[in-house]
Amino acid sequence: MPVERNETLAVNRSEDVVLVRAKTRDWSISLGFTIVEQTKMVTAASELARNLVVHAGGGTVRLETINSEQRRGLRLTFEDQGPGIADIQQALRDGFSSKGGLGLGLSGSKRLVNEFDISSTPGEGTRICIVRWK
Amino acid sequence: MDRIPILKLGDCLLVSIQVDMHDRLAISLQDDLTERINKDRARGVLIDISALEIVDSFIGRMLSNIAAMARVLDARTVVVGMRPAVAITLVELGLSLEGVATALNVERGMELILSLTGRKRLLAGELNHNARRKE
Repeated sequence: MPVERNETLAVNRSEDVVLVRAKTRDWSISLGFTIVEQTKMVTAASELARNLVVHAGGGTVRLETINSEQRRGLRLTFEDQGPGIADIQQALRDGFSSKGGLGLGLSGSKRLVNEFDISSTPGEGTRICIVRWK
Repeated sequence: MDRIPILKLGDCLLVSIQVDMHDRLAISLQDDLTERINKDRARGVLIDISALEIVDSFIGRMLSNIAAMARVLDARTVVVGMRPAVAITLVELGLSLEGVATALNVERGMELILSLTGRKRLLAGELNHNARRKE
């Protein structure tokens, strides 16, 4: 899929999550997302960026503007070399949390985007890719 | 470290969140408010989130925690000014903001706090009371 523009951010501290939110908002606006679309994408980005800090001790986010069959979208890829997720189905269930949170980060952000792809290898890390189309 | 300011109005505490909070800032607001409710003997807490562009699960949990802690300290919390897009996103995310009372704007929020704490007036009543004492 053709990529028009991309940028990678390091996410290691809670302040970095704020930067991910700001960048996601900027990119959403430049794609012409409505306020509701922007808010959903920024909220999903916030949840997944926080997961990098809380669960993996840090990671990276790649932002990409993509083109497919005459539509454009924003793709965000969250990658870490953390402990990984042994049971992805369990991790995607509402209310499941390994860190005492609300358990809405993964399951909730999946509902806020058009595409959600997760792959993880225990002991090696996790990669989550989300897309929202204009 | 930066802090979110807490203002006192009568026996209410007012907070207007004007910045995109990182998680530690949200936690310090929660701690500061709990301390101030106790110190100022506040009966109400009004939190204005009209400047917030998102409320994710962490900030949502912070709002629920503040409301729960305030309740234990005999104060009521009202969250005001949530943007429509934020409300739509919250529901889809699956957050219910349990135990948090909400109002459309600051004015209605103050009315709600007064009715939750069983009073009709906050400022006028107190000012009259103070004026009478001076006479």
